[in-house]
Amino acid sequence: MTKAEQLSQLLQLADNALIIGHRCSEWCGHGPILEQDIAITNIALDYIGQARNFYQAAATLINENQESFPGFAFPLSEDNLAYLRDEREFRNHLIAELPNGDWAVTTLRIFLFSTYQYYLYTQLKDEDKTMVGAIAEKALKEVTYHLKWSSEWVIRLGDGTEESHHRISKAVDQLWAYTGELFTKGDPLQEQWLQKIQSVFAEADLTIPENTWMHQGGTTGNHTEHMGFILAEMQFLQRAYPGSQW
Amino acid sequence: MLQSSNNDIRNVLQSVYDPEIPVLSVIDMGIIRKTENIQGEAVVHITPTYTGCPAMDTISSQIRMALLAAGYPAVKIVQELSPAWTTDWISEEGKQKLKAYGIAPPIGKALDAAGLEDLHPLCPQCNSANTELISQFGSTACKALYKCLDCKEPFDYFKCH
Repeated sequence: MTKAEQLSQLLQLADNALIIGHRCSEWCGHGPILEQDIAITNIALDYIGQARNFYQAAATLINENQESFPGFAFPLSEDNLAYLRDEREFRNHLIAELPNGDWAVTTLRIFLFSTYQYYLYTQLKDEDKTMVGAIAEKALKEVTYHLKWSSEWVIRLGDGTEESHHRISKAVDQLWAYTGELFTKGDPLQEQWLQKIQSVFAEADLTIPENTWMHQGGTTGNHTEHMGFILAEMQFLQRAYPGSQW
Repeated sequence: MLQSSNNDIRNVLQSVYDPEIPVLSVIDMGIIRKTENIQGEAVVHITPTYTGCPAMDTISSQIRMALLAAGYPAVKIVQELSPAWTTDWISEEGKQKLKAYGIAPPIGKALDAAGLEDLHPLCPQCNSANTELISQFGSTACKALYKCLDCKEPFDYFKCH
């Protein structure tokens, strides 16, 4: 992998974790009951922790190879990468940035995404001998809990009341078209991912939509209209008061 | 001489406690990978418990302060991610201290498929196994919330990790 490819891998891993973590954090204080509020806030914290590790690794890579990365101001930190890049520079998948919607959309998104992270991090843990593999190994333990928690919600809602089934079915229709972007053509992870989704959907009495048209754009920086609003809220402080610290 | 200084570092670390679980020292937690005394500089290799654990920053600065207070002119803290920390590294003594503090210690081995099965940790208050999960996510990232169906007390369980 070239230095530029390493950076783009790190940034995609970091951006995904940061943006979905930010979305989860929006539930803090608004969860349906106290225990679930705490659960999703903990999950948000795990994601932000992953993002920090990947951004720190990206910052180290840039700082140690300044000649390969003209256009950055050195030395840069994790905060520069999270708070001072523009929308078109973010490489997260579109599914991470979509609004939370109701609890069905929220938990289904986490289920679809953490299943993806679960298989991706397993692969990175086994095959990547760099810092990326070490971060994945660490984070995989937490992702396993996210996957369990979110799959239980998908089953509870899908196999629940008429209303809950209706809501989660609507969420499937809404989110499915954003899952294609998670994989490149022929990616073996896609098959593992699909099998897990199918087994949970079967238990939840849900079906995979037949329409297979998929949104694309996140990985090339072409985001949905929601992305700018997230960044405006998240980046305001560092943009208005550069270098301020907690 | 070098060896004894190295032991001294560990002795100092015995008095640095996890801010969220103030009965466990960083040694009990098993987060100290290695300590070195390199020409007077105390070098401590630590491993984070949870990726997003906000206590890790506090723990690092407490380690630094404790070693500076103990007379080391310089302190360096190195973070190591791999191999990843596991609850298996909590010392036996640490597990006893957890229980006495009211937190059920992790059952069994590091997180694997079995770690996500339905568990019934013993109630730290009355030792009953008649316990039930309330939520996989408790007051901090590392704990799940259970309740005892006998003494009716809710309690924290330190999750396998």
